Amino acid sequence: MAAEDAKLHAVGPGVAQQQSELEGEQMVLNMGPSHPATHGVLRLVLELDGEIITKAIPDVGYLHRGDEKIAENMTYTQFIPYTDRLDYLSPLANNVAYALAVEKLMGIDKALPPRCQYIRVICCELARISSHLLGVGCFGMDLGALTVFMHTFTEREKIYNLAESLTGARFTTSYTRIGGVSRDTPNGWIAAVGKFCDEVVTNFDESETLLTRNRIFVDRTRDVGIISKEDAIDYGLTGPNLRGSGVDYDVRKAKPYLIYDQLEFDVALGSVGDCYDRYLVRMEEMRQSVRIIRQCLKNIPGGANNEGNEPVRVNDGKVTLPAKDKVMSSMEELIHHFINVTQGVNAPVGEVYFGAENPKGELGFYINSRGGGTPYRMKIRGPSFCNLSILPHLVPGNMLSDVVSILGSLDFVMGECDR
Amino acid sequence: MAAIDLAKQLKDKFGDLISDPAEFRDEVTLKVADAERIAEVCDFAKKSLGFNMLVDLSSIDNYGEDPRWTLVYELYHMEQKAHLRLKTDVSEEKSELPTIVNVWRTANWHEREIYDMMGIRFRGHPDLRRILMWDGYPYFPLRKDFPLAGKPTELPEVAFTKPAPLEGGPFVTVPGGKDSLAREPRVRVPLTESVETVSRLERRLDVKPAHEPDQPQPNAAMPKS
Repeated sequence: MAAEDAKLHAVGPGVAQQQSELEGEQMVLNMGPSHPATHGVLRLVLELDGEIITKAIPDVGYLHRGDEKIAENMTYTQFIPYTDRLDYLSPLANNVAYALAVEKLMGIDKALPPRCQYIRVICCELARISSHLLGVGCFGMDLGALTVFMHTFTEREKIYNLAESLTGARFTTSYTRIGGVSRDTPNGWIAAVGKFCDEVVTNFDESETLLTRNRIFVDRTRDVGIISKEDAIDYGLTGPNLRGSGVDYDVRKAKPYLIYDQLEFDVALGSVGDCYDRYLVRMEEMRQSVRIIRQCLKNIPGGANNEGNEPVRVNDGKVTLPAKDKVMSSMEELIHHFINVTQGVNAPVGEVYFGAENPKGELGFYINSRGGGTPYRMKIRGPSFCNLSILPHLVPGNMLSDVVSILGSLDFVMGECDR
Repeated sequence: MAAIDLAKQLKDKFGDLISDPAEFRDEVTLKVADAERIAEVCDFAKKSLGFNMLVDLSSIDNYGEDPRWTLVYELYHMEQKAHLRLKTDVSEEKSELPTIVNVWRTANWHEREIYDMMGIRFRGHPDLRRILMWDGYPYFPLRKDFPLAGKPTELPEVAFTKPAPLEGGPFVTVPGGKDSLAREPRVRVPLTESVETVSRLERRLDVKPAHEPDQPQPNAAMPKS
């Protein structure tokens, strides 16, 4: 027993002192935090019996930055850049989810101007396409299909350009504010998104040609990592992982927020719950996102370049910053600006939980407020944290190369797992 | 609303253990008076009422109040699309309550994170160890008495948390300077008095050294070679 314990210890601190009956010659393999196939800094300690895995212990926390502790010391608006860095592959979606949670606490989530809601939906769906493109691309790359990666990242580059013209930053957008969005869409942006939608659908078709009926891909993903419906719900899986197992739960349909109840779209469901199903669900979700974006572009209030002069922020000086020319000339707006920037919005005493359908799953914010501009406690429910908790149950019994398939199909990101 | 009906059914079953449902922003919250019976309540909620998903499990540090800990369970009923929140309090002396990992397996990692960040133990948890911080980390970071800037710890042979070599000069605010904490609450104050930090602090113009320096310091900000 001492020799086997020493072997477990040799892998490094943090491995549980498990009283494992190691029979024969079981090897402990460390799929360390720096590894091309673990997306981000995930450490997997695998016990192998030859090629078959008998135990898988994930070790998370390498990207823990203390976001929840920081949130207790920041005003609600100051925390928005931190939300960019949660699921850093779809920052616009995180911004929207956080802003909606704070607006729910303030009670103004039903009073958002319609143009702002349409812009937010377009941002969420663009983020979904961006994240799934990366998920599918990296999944293919991990399994050896490098061309898919190149294809999908060409389209992601276009999304980054759109985000840059809209928000000023390609990546860490910090676009939404409490009560609206930071600025209106620039002239021509809506037309550019429409053009992007047409181009990206051809790209979906190309990626599907490369993967969906590819013999090697199907062999490596079909019937690998099957998650049953009961397991998926019990382990708190959400997003494409849950829907790949056939559970019809999409927050946009179950608890609609923004204008999702007015939009027509379908929810993709898998049947078997294997890696192949999860890949197909993601491909179909991207097509549905394009469908949603096209409806929004057609119906956006105010017209494409906001000829109708629709507001994009709630018109309440206590919540959003007033227009700068008023701030410089009028006393009341100056006071609102000052209070808003130094003390933050005055949230009521109470607590809310709001979950949004992020590309990786349900990103939830539990905000407990005791009044004032900073939350007393903010818990971020990261979907990848719950998605990864199924690994010790799912991986044993599979071969080592299946681990790569499973990790790629779960499509997690450590930013929101570790926060 | 479906959530209110389910909350009332829960209250009918357990009587005084459960408070009256409180509503805020269309969400129903129930308070469970005795934390020891939380597993029973959750089991009934899942098996008889049908709350099949535990969406989130959080902990709150009511620093200065008794009981100090509050645990928040967010439940979701998929068929009826109902969301319910259960809250329960735990005192600091006890800092322990039964686990609900046998009801929803997702609680496994959530409870480990609460133990890691707050220090609340879960009786009956199969593997209660730290999840985000490393095994052997001495503090519970999310507690209100843990400073935002963090406390130095040692991870032998792997990492160190001493202040960085040039932290404090020549062009940077000296850590632990008299006004740096007021200006920037996230500044790091070194707790250990190493020789370098003491002499760096002494070299500031307004801090008189305990003894007369044996040679004149031409530039107070330049570090000694």
